[in-house]
Amino acid sequence: MAHDPSILEAFFEECEDLIVALTEGLIEMREGHADAETVNAVFRAVHSIKGAAGAFALDELVGFAHKFETVLDELRSQKLKADEKLLRVLQRAGDILADLVDDAREDKPANRDVVDPVLAELQSFLSPEDEDAATEEEFVFEALTLDVGMPDAAPTGYRVSFQPSAEFYALGHDPALIITALMDLGETSVDVNLQDLPSEFADFEWSQGYLSWQIDIAGLTTDLQIQDIFQFMDDICALTIVPLGIIDGAPIQALDTLPECDPVSELTDPPIAPDLAEVRTAPVNPDPEPTTQRPAKKPAATTLRVDPERVDRLINAVGELIINQSVISQRLEEAELPNSAELFADLDDYKFLAREIQEGVMAIRAQPVKPLFQRMMRIAREAADATGKDVELITEGEATEVDKTVVERLADPLTHMIRNAIDHGIEKPEDRIAANKPEQGQLRLSASQRSGSIVIEIADDGAGLNRSRIQDIAVEKGLVSPDASLSDQEIDHLLFAPGFSTAAEVTNLSGRGVGMDVVKTAITTLGGRVAISTNPGFGTTFSITLPVTLAVMDGMIITVSDQTMVVPISSILETVRPNKNDVAKLGMNNELLKIRGEYVPIIDLAEQLGNQSSQREMVDRVLLLVQTEAIAQCALAVDDIFDQRQVVVKSMLGNYGEITGVSGATILGDGKIALIIDPDAVASVMANKTQLNTDNGEAAHVRAS
Amino acid sequence: MTHILAIDDSRTIRSLLTMTLEGAGFEVTTAIDGVDGVNKFREQHADLVITDVNMPNKDGFGVIEDIRASDTNRGVPVLVLTTESGPALKERARKAGATGWIVKPFEDESLISVIRRLTGA
Repeated sequence: MAHDPSILEAFFEECEDLIVALTEGLIEMREGHADAETVNAVFRAVHSIKGAAGAFALDELVGFAHKFETVLDELRSQKLKADEKLLRVLQRAGDILADLVDDAREDKPANRDVVDPVLAELQSFLSPEDEDAATEEEFVFEALTLDVGMPDAAPTGYRVSFQPSAEFYALGHDPALIITALMDLGETSVDVNLQDLPSEFADFEWSQGYLSWQIDIAGLTTDLQIQDIFQFMDDICALTIVPLGIIDGAPIQALDTLPECDPVSELTDPPIAPDLAEVRTAPVNPDPEPTTQRPAKKPAATTLRVDPERVDRLINAVGELIINQSVISQRLEEAELPNSAELFADLDDYKFLAREIQEGVMAIRAQPVKPLFQRMMRIAREAADATGKDVELITEGEATEVDKTVVERLADPLTHMIRNAIDHGIEKPEDRIAANKPEQGQLRLSASQRSGSIVIEIADDGAGLNRSRIQDIAVEKGLVSPDASLSDQEIDHLLFAPGFSTAAEVTNLSGRGVGMDVVKTAITTLGGRVAISTNPGFGTTFSITLPVTLAVMDGMIITVSDQTMVVPISSILETVRPNKNDVAKLGMNNELLKIRGEYVPIIDLAEQLGNQSSQREMVDRVLLLVQTEAIAQCALAVDDIFDQRQVVVKSMLGNYGEITGVSGATILGDGKIALIIDPDAVASVMANKTQLNTDNGEAAHVRAS
Repeated sequence: MTHILAIDDSRTIRSLLTMTLEGAGFEVTTAIDGVDGVNKFREQHADLVITDVNMPNKDGFGVIEDIRASDTNRGVPVLVLTTESGPALKERARKAGATGWIVKPFEDESLISVIRRLTGA
């Protein structure tokens, strides 16, 4: 069949959907709903994958899907029972099938070490005869051919005699087409036998097969082409095919099924077709029901598949529209037109519409997190198996919609966090029992939308973080100095420090050479943040907060050394205009902000960004109290703040590469370009500098590596 | 032009059929499941129907039964598209009223030649 790459790609996309349906079905079955409909849905998913995979000769996929399907078929026909053991194997088979689809997509061979054991387990549910029944035996055409024992002479033609049964007509076959096809094979003479036609017209049943034909075809040496024409018809018409040379001499028993043929007419052109059509539509047996045209049913729900690039272009254009709108607003304000009230009202409408278009466009890219969460089900299952822990993963808020890019890029961090939670968070069954907890650990993965952000939480009911141990390890690895006094929150965030790993040895499971720092980086790249809250003895919750869209954010417009910049509102806790008493000096260059009895380090943003430090006194500046991961709260000193505004985020990666402390740029209403500050990155640069100053060189070396 | 109604719940198979058949000069209408298929069959004249067996809402055999019981065009040739082969399938297809069957994966040429033969196109 065709090997158009776009169709192959469409196949893999369809496989994604089918795997989701499959996973869903298997989960339902596990939850005790192994009813016919669910089993059938699972069967259909596997069956569809198999059927389409065959078209692309993806043999490993077809082979596995076939075995999987056979077991499901047994379950469907209730020869197998959906017990715990079978369900476990089906789950694993579902996982393997997903792997095989991925392998096929990447055009790499399957990992037989993983596939074969599951294949064998599937096989163990099948008795040998099931297997026989399911074996794909190629259907061989079984036309009645006479073995007349004439091996020595090649035939010079064939006589085909056939009498269609009533069923023949009912199944949509047409003798005229068959005869026409036979006539194409060579010089043909056709006799039709009408003797079975009832003599009384009233006795005529249109659905009966009254006619039979005898066709001699000269010049053929094999009957293969004839058999081909009679494909699908072996039981629904009496058929004989005999070589022409022997007809006169040899006994032709097979023809007994046919009435004696009276050559009635030499058929040349196909007059049978019109005749037959008349016979078939003769009003002998009129339909009892009047032919009423049914009203057209409403079309089935369809989805529109669009090239993501087109959507991105649209998003970009809408972004420009929003910028354009703010440019116009600003220009109009500056123009100070008289009687402009109506104009501004119209402008508000424009703003409103632009926002609405933007939301609509964003909604195109939004996807529910459900498929992502379902993948996590599997990750959790595998992690639990590998660690010998009993863990139940509960998902909530699967319908929450997130930008497609976010869904895609969250897979890796979530995988890592789930593995971590099971490996390090949830205790071994015996420890849980000792701690008076249910033997089965619980992991809750939830998504929700809260005031413009998406919050994804991974909560375990394990032992909670062991802070003194975390601090010990961090000291051991040179991440903090031994005498550092850290807040609980700062200790918790050490988990995200590069090179940190709490497991005594790197386990096969959550080790893999990546740490939580990679998780954090991935989430930060998405404009999100991670927070940890832990309750010793009761578990740990990681909360990931993500912006709903990546393209637009609420920002605070600020100036630093005469540069206009933007700080994301999401990270600003409050803005402070300090009094002299609020600022305390610490050493030569460091200043602290005293706020509500606590001291918070002040970061001079201008200095951090490599500009000249502002000559202004701290009291003449504005401090933005921000929440960061590296050093909890800190205060960014800026020269001034202006309004709060939605800005369209433009990535600078393509043009400038990565700039520490800057997450992107935007175009402001006056057409100027402003950098968007990443307070987290700024704070961690600051934290590193402090570290270098206070720690010994060895520690710094460890951090850098 | 010979009009073919192709019913399959697999998007991939639908695209393959459309491409193959349109390439051979047929006009193709697709339907996404059994119910959609029967509706489309009632709405427009088809010279031949190709239907998958395993489909949601109504399976291929159900489709054929509906077609054979329909008021118009009930004698249309119907090909069953299936991954199975063998006597059991043949028996079931026959019983439901199928004209013939095509085993997936199918060869373009043989599919087209079968269709040509059954429609006289």
